[in-house]
Amino acid sequence: MNTLRQVQDDIPGTPLFDGRAARRGYALNRMCFSFNDAANRAEFVRDEDAYCARYGLNPEQREAIRNRNVLQLLAAGGNAYYLAKFAGIFGLDMQDIGAQQTGLSKAEFQARLLAAGRD
Amino acid sequence: MARVIGNLFTSHVPAIGGAIARGRQQEPYFKPFFDAFPPIRHWLAEARPTTVVMVYNDHGLNFFLDKMPTFAIGAAPGYRNADEGWGIPQVKPFVGQEDLSWHLVEQLVAADFDLVTCQEMLVDHAFTLPMALLWPDQAWPVKVVPLVVNTVLFPLPSAARCLKLGQALGRAIETWGGDDERVLVMGTGGLSHQLEGERAGHLNKAFDLQFLDSLIDDPAWATQFAINELVRQVGTQGIELLNWLVARGALAGRARELHRTYHIPISNTAAAVQLLEPAR
Repeated sequence: MNTLRQVQDDIPGTPLFDGRAARRGYALNRMCFSFNDAANRAEFVRDEDAYCARYGLNPEQREAIRNRNVLQLLAAGGNAYYLAKFAGIFGLDMQDIGAQQTGLSKAEFQARLLAAGRD
Repeated sequence: MARVIGNLFTSHVPAIGGAIARGRQQEPYFKPFFDAFPPIRHWLAEARPTTVVMVYNDHGLNFFLDKMPTFAIGAAPGYRNADEGWGIPQVKPFVGQEDLSWHLVEQLVAADFDLVTCQEMLVDHAFTLPMALLWPDQAWPVKVVPLVVNTVLFPLPSAARCLKLGQALGRAIETWGGDDERVLVMGTGGLSHQLEGERAGHLNKAFDLQFLDSLIDDPAWATQFAINELVRQVGTQGIELLNWLVARGALAGRARELHRTYHIPISNTAAAVQLLEPAR
């Protein structure tokens, strides 16, 4: 494996969903996985507190859900693929999510994507 | 004996499904991507695949973190799509090629690839959208075998491991005794994109183009990079290129590129389509 070109440092701005994150985030991800089912999405919307309590979210996870804040959700162990199902409840697309995480407006974020195709 | 007739690689961004559902394929935003497919459908009409082996990653439809296989293979009589939570329409069910599935299970385990065998499996957009791109009427003329690679939970299998799995897959297909079976091996996802973190929106055109070049005659090129280095280059979801590597491994030797489309962006993704057939 020594011949592989390794990176020693973390990749800036890039959380890797590893065992540590998976342990921390299990309850949160399990709740988000349940949103594959339309009835569960409706139940969450009807009574968010009760739904989060049923899945045993910790206070950090509950707060991140309340804030609809992606970086906080990631820090609480959330995984992008399951979080996407949470975002889907609110009709957010990936440019909304990207803009929120990068502190850009949606238009600015989209412009950045377009620029990457031009060089 | 069965034959691998080619590789079809394509991105599988959910927005593609949204565009299909709303008939927006010819709008300027989507046209550069969808225009890849008419010539590919001409090739399909000539090549007449009987079976598709689809290498992809599940995004939390069939697999959750309670049980997360590194590699899994479908061995079911049929497969269907289901609600993934964010509302793209579902597609018609698929007929499984069970004989090939079980042949692959036997051959791949014998070759030291210990895949999880699934006699029931839901297939998500990473499987269904590529099928809908090839056959827009969704009257699937092929039977299917799904092969799932974990790109969700790190550690991920290395690029080298994925290529070797694909090589074993190709050898296994070619020892299958289906009469005149023509197998199209597809790899989906990628290319560069990243959905999460402050680096969300990361794209890497230069690396993507080098990767596409390498698939033609040097598929081992990507295996020089550790997973973390690949993620640094192509992003946390760009790592779906592992699916492409598995599929490419199944096409022995050098390839001939029949089609390539590369377009930034669809959603947050560098969208790519490539069609290869054996060079010999």
